[in-house]
Amino acid sequence: MKQDSETEMLKEYSEQEYKYGFVSDIESETLPPGLNEDTIRFISKKKGEPEWLTDWRLKAFDIWKKMKEPHWANIDYPPIDYQAISYYSAPKNLEDAPKSLDEVDPELIETYNKLGIPLQEQEILAGVAVDAVFDSMSVATTFKDRLAEKGVIFCSISEAVKEHPELIKKYLGSVIPRTDNFFAALNSAVFTDGSFCYIPPNTRCPMELSTYFRINEQNTGQFERTLIVADKGSHVSYLEGCTAPKRDENQLHAAVVELVALDDAEIKYSTVQNWYPGDKDGKGGIYNFVTKRGACRGDNSKITWTQVETGSAITWKYPSCVLHGDNSVGEFYSVALSALKQQADTGTKMIHIGKNTKSTIISKGISAERGQNTYRGQVMINKSATGARNYSQCDSLLIGDKCGAHTFPYLDVKNTRSHIEHEASTSKIGEDQIYYCKQRGISEEDAINLIVNGFCKEVFKELPMEFAVEAQKLLEVSLEGSVG
Amino acid sequence: MLKIENLHASVEEISILNGINLEIKAGETHAIMGPNGSGKSTLAQVIAGHEDYEVEKGSIEYFGEDLLELDVDERACEGIFLAFQYPVELPGVNNTYFLKSALNAQRKHRGEDDIDAMDFMDIISDKIKLLNLKESLLKRPVNEGFSGGEKKRNEIFQMAVLEPKLALLDETDSGLDIDALKIVANGVNAMKSPERSTLVVTHYQRLLNYIVPDFVHVLVNGKIVKSGDKNLALELEEKGYEEVIKEANE
Repeated sequence: MKQDSETEMLKEYSEQEYKYGFVSDIESETLPPGLNEDTIRFISKKKGEPEWLTDWRLKAFDIWKKMKEPHWANIDYPPIDYQAISYYSAPKNLEDAPKSLDEVDPELIETYNKLGIPLQEQEILAGVAVDAVFDSMSVATTFKDRLAEKGVIFCSISEAVKEHPELIKKYLGSVIPRTDNFFAALNSAVFTDGSFCYIPPNTRCPMELSTYFRINEQNTGQFERTLIVADKGSHVSYLEGCTAPKRDENQLHAAVVELVALDDAEIKYSTVQNWYPGDKDGKGGIYNFVTKRGACRGDNSKITWTQVETGSAITWKYPSCVLHGDNSVGEFYSVALSALKQQADTGTKMIHIGKNTKSTIISKGISAERGQNTYRGQVMINKSATGARNYSQCDSLLIGDKCGAHTFPYLDVKNTRSHIEHEASTSKIGEDQIYYCKQRGISEEDAINLIVNGFCKEVFKELPMEFAVEAQKLLEVSLEGSVG
Repeated sequence: MLKIENLHASVEEISILNGINLEIKAGETHAIMGPNGSGKSTLAQVIAGHEDYEVEKGSIEYFGEDLLELDVDERACEGIFLAFQYPVELPGVNNTYFLKSALNAQRKHRGEDDIDAMDFMDIISDKIKLLNLKESLLKRPVNEGFSGGEKKRNEIFQMAVLEPKLALLDETDSGLDIDALKIVANGVNAMKSPERSTLVVTHYQRLLNYIVPDFVHVLVNGKIVKSGDKNLALELEEKGYEEVIKEANE
């Protein structure tokens, strides 16, 4: 009987439709597939970039050509043809960028509305500044004035290249060099847009900054570039959320996110990721190869990564912290769900360099259906990091018996006066737990949601309030119909 | 309220219940007693609707309807409550939140609106005193890190909040010291009403000193071999199961 209910559960799960599957009909100027120096020059020119940046990109391309796609992760996918990808697409009628939201293509606004992110409403109600990336080009940036009052810069990377070249020159690629890895090199060569954020010294950013990314053009690789710099004594909380329309071909996404925290500065970076996971055989989902790293450059600085990952066919992602400054703190809180045939190989790296540096890793992996979830984490304590401490906790929750959870912790300790703790657990949602809930009148689906939310609680409480609600909802939607 | 006729049930093809006949009317308290492995807990689980138990023959009517047609959560919403012998832990699931979810699910089933948050807190603080439970347990995850006695009291606390029509107490006395036993019994007795029935499953007569049954049934090898009033429990205590079973067979 157990077998039957599970088979049924799997069947229902696989038939669940991706809620946000639609393609907007907006004219765009798309580059034909292919990647060579001309492609890069085209992108750079299109964006009106200075020569130094064009050269920077070309150098990255040189580096990339000499690199091999990494295959050490616990994921499996057909080879990616990088020449079959189109590297530039921008909504055409936005060549002359809109001055305000009113000038934005109504259909674009409609797309966001379908996703439940009405810009205007957010502007007024939520007090969140939204830098919306639609495909490759930023189309609406809000609350700029209010931020400007405080001296906070929040704009697209393209704009920052023009308006704040000195900051870009100083920090771009300073945390993740072009040579870092295959996907970071590719991104450096072809990145189209993304967000830039600078918080001046001793400033608390007056609102949560938020970017919604959305992949739209068919067959277009998405190469976001985000750079956040928190100057001395400043504080910023940044939210990143994503959904993508349904399509048949796998889409590559190789973003780069760099964070820099100077003395006494704090950056909180939260992500809720809900890209199309593909169908029950993994067809059509997003390939997500992201490089995210934060540098706690200053003393007493702090960087917190919080992520809730429910989407993508493949996730390859290790938001990391390099703890240079003495007493600096790195934190990583993660919930990763893999259902259908999703594969997630995710985790973090904490590199302790400064004295008395501290890091915390809380990772919650949920596997359902044929999902494979891998935690891969590295804690490195350098010779110089006297008094460093790390606490890691990796918990896995299994729903059904065709999924898997794997944990690969790497510890590298070069200083004997440091302290590392690692805890790991794997549990299955028990039939007895579901029965107990049902006996109290709670439906099977709600019972699973209750148990899953309980499992993720430590991570959800790190998210900003409205994001936590969204994350909870997302898990519910993702697990909808997962039981018979 | 509940009418069981010729009930046969098995688990993994081993038959456990072999023709149970039992009728419970509104307001009555029945006790099922019997030696280990006689099928007492199975009977409670089959009434609650546990999926591991296969009903092979017979029927259970509940308020004139076929109970076996209903899923576990539907039975719960219709007013059947099982106080578990071994309550499970739900890590990270807040006890209060859990109880509120359960109450609202049952209210929804009855076509009522969600309970007002303040009203709910009033009910909670009222009932928690009845069971002499620490308020701090409300904020903890369901049953996690509870002592054995706290778990059992928490079951009756949930029952007091959910106000079922038919309460099934599965060896609620096991693992309780005499003080806790009295508290639990008090909780159950406080809920006694002409509309509410209780089925107590127990090894020992001890609990029945406090929760006084109208009827006592002796279950052996999946069959009720003898029924009587509360004095039957005393007789069992005195003579032991074997003697009573022998007499019943004669």
